Amino acid sequence: MADLIEVRGLTVAFRDAAPVRDLSFRIDRGETLALVGESGSGKSLTALALLRLLPGTARATGEIRLDGRDLVALSERQFRDLRGRDIAMVFQEPMTSLNPVLTIGSQIVEVLRRHEGLSARAARGRAVELLDLVRIPEPARRLDDYPHLLSGGMRQRVMIAVAVACRPRLLIADEPTTALDVTIQAQVLDLLDRLRRDLDMALLLITHDLGVVAEWADRVVVMYAGRKVEEAPVERILAHPLHPYTRGLLGASPRLEGIGHYSTGRLTEIPGSIASAAGARACAFAPRCAWRAPRCEREAPPLATPAPGHAVACPVILAQEQSLAAAVG
Amino acid sequence: MPDVDITPLVYAGVSGDEPAAAILEPLPVSEAPAAVNAAARPRRRDARRALPAFLRNPAALIGALILAALVGAALLAPWLYPDDPLDLVGRPLLWPGARAAFPLGTDSLGRDVAAGLFHGARITLLVAASATAISLALGIVVGAVAGYFGGRLDDWLVKLIEIFQTIPGFILLIVLVAIAEPHLCIIIVAIGLISWPSVARLVRAEFRSLREKEFVMAARGLGYGHGRIIFREILPNALPPVIVLTSVMIASAILSESALSFLGLGDPNAVSWGSMIGAGREMLRTAWYLSAIPGLAIVVTVLALNLVGDGLNDALNPRVAAER
Repeated sequence: MADLIEVRGLTVAFRDAAPVRDLSFRIDRGETLALVGESGSGKSLTALALLRLLPGTARATGEIRLDGRDLVALSERQFRDLRGRDIAMVFQEPMTSLNPVLTIGSQIVEVLRRHEGLSARAARGRAVELLDLVRIPEPARRLDDYPHLLSGGMRQRVMIAVAVACRPRLLIADEPTTALDVTIQAQVLDLLDRLRRDLDMALLLITHDLGVVAEWADRVVVMYAGRKVEEAPVERILAHPLHPYTRGLLGASPRLEGIGHYSTGRLTEIPGSIASAAGARACAFAPRCAWRAPRCEREAPPLATPAPGHAVACPVILAQEQSLAAAVG
Repeated sequence: MPDVDITPLVYAGVSGDEPAAAILEPLPVSEAPAAVNAAARPRRRDARRALPAFLRNPAALIGALILAALVGAALLAPWLYPDDPLDLVGRPLLWPGARAAFPLGTDSLGRDVAAGLFHGARITLLVAASATAISLALGIVVGAVAGYFGGRLDDWLVKLIEIFQTIPGFILLIVLVAIAEPHLCIIIVAIGLISWPSVARLVRAEFRSLREKEFVMAARGLGYGHGRIIFREILPNALPPVIVLTSVMIASAILSESALSFLGLGDPNAVSWGSMIGAGREMLRTAWYLSAIPGLAIVVTVLALNLVGDGLNDALNPRVAAER
């Protein structure tokens, strides 16, 4: 199966720092890829780089292909036609992501007219269908409401309706439920998952919540300080995490059962805080790592592939695993 | 030349603290959307909420009524006084009330003061409104472009604004009118040219904060171009403080036009309140009413505009409204 999105060697650099470094991943059609990491790991910048929406001072280098088409080579005008039509994004903050002075109907109508050239009347009809699709009750009546009349969960549904209006092939959801009540989070994620299947989209789910990952993702990319430290199918990463950071994240997550750390009834913590992304040449996680070896301070850990589809950037753990396997074998 | 003071117009934006936790999500399908809606409605703040707030403010209401009366007078002038107000119609220097045909008296040449007042309202309001429209158009475009794009373009536009602000506005106005002929259109354009920098500064400041909002990022993420984002997404959010400023600008345009006419630099073929004061100046000791009546008209108009401006500020500015 051909990849929908292929990112190779993506680096986002500001003048004095590079918060995303040499990041490569791919997303298959119809797949949900979770991009996991704590705040400051470069997840959101990665998403913005895919849409070429980085702040003006940032420089992105690397290769981004959508259906084999090189996005880096596109002109700004060509890229504008692509945003919202081929790749759309749902932002974290539903309270501020809708324009407060425009009705929700006009905000949906506008994107339909922009990309699909529909007449005002046809676009309005589609807007009602879209509100219905995201399960907003009485969509025809809600069309002329202003965003402040809606609750956070409803607004996020409207945001999703705007994002999927032109049937994008990739939907990027940047922590779509972080700002919502816990009771609504599952509804919104279920909605995203249903839309992914119904509209045949791929979903890039950016989150720091491993509970979300376990339930809704197909594959996981774990980021730390701007680098990919581990990538695997979700079942494998939950059952067999390799990188010390992934293990730490799982140990610090309360919802997941069947993880060794959790059986003791206590959550573990990762000591320290995320290292500054600037200037770290060796393993960025080394200062917080329980498995730290002398070599971690000297050289950046290369990505290795211990199993098909599973990549990890920690030679120390890999060596340990291999000796363990040898001892058992 | 009165400086337009924009400091009290600091504005918190349309979207502020919203009742996030107060409204719970209804269950998947329609459980209680009506109740949610009803709970949210009293806390909304938009034009439909601002209008009653404006009308409840007695000072603002009085100002609005005075303005409405003035506009009415200006519109009715051709019917009430169909003749040219510059015509010599009676004995010179009749005091107000001395002759029933001339309720406000006549000036030194025998021109009807009441006719001048009504026709002067036309010219004064026309000049003020047109000049303000010009400076709004200029100021909004320059301020929006500077605030939205930032960077070097912003630096250059700010320098341009500063150049205009360092030249004393009224002197520039006199120079502009003196170079060209004193025609009404020239005066309108000249007043517009000296007053746009305050609009540009205000709009630029609004755009600088609004462009960082997430809905602007979301709009870019939907593939909208800069023009659409500036005029459709950001500008409506930046308008409330501009609306407030507009009333103050109309007032200051009236004062500029009056001052210009008083100095005899106005259009000689049009009666304005300022030119009436200027004509009555020489008889200030004997026939003071010639200066006082149009002067009072100016005072009342500017006062009314300021009352409306304050009322709009209170109604549209959520922070002031919250303190009440």
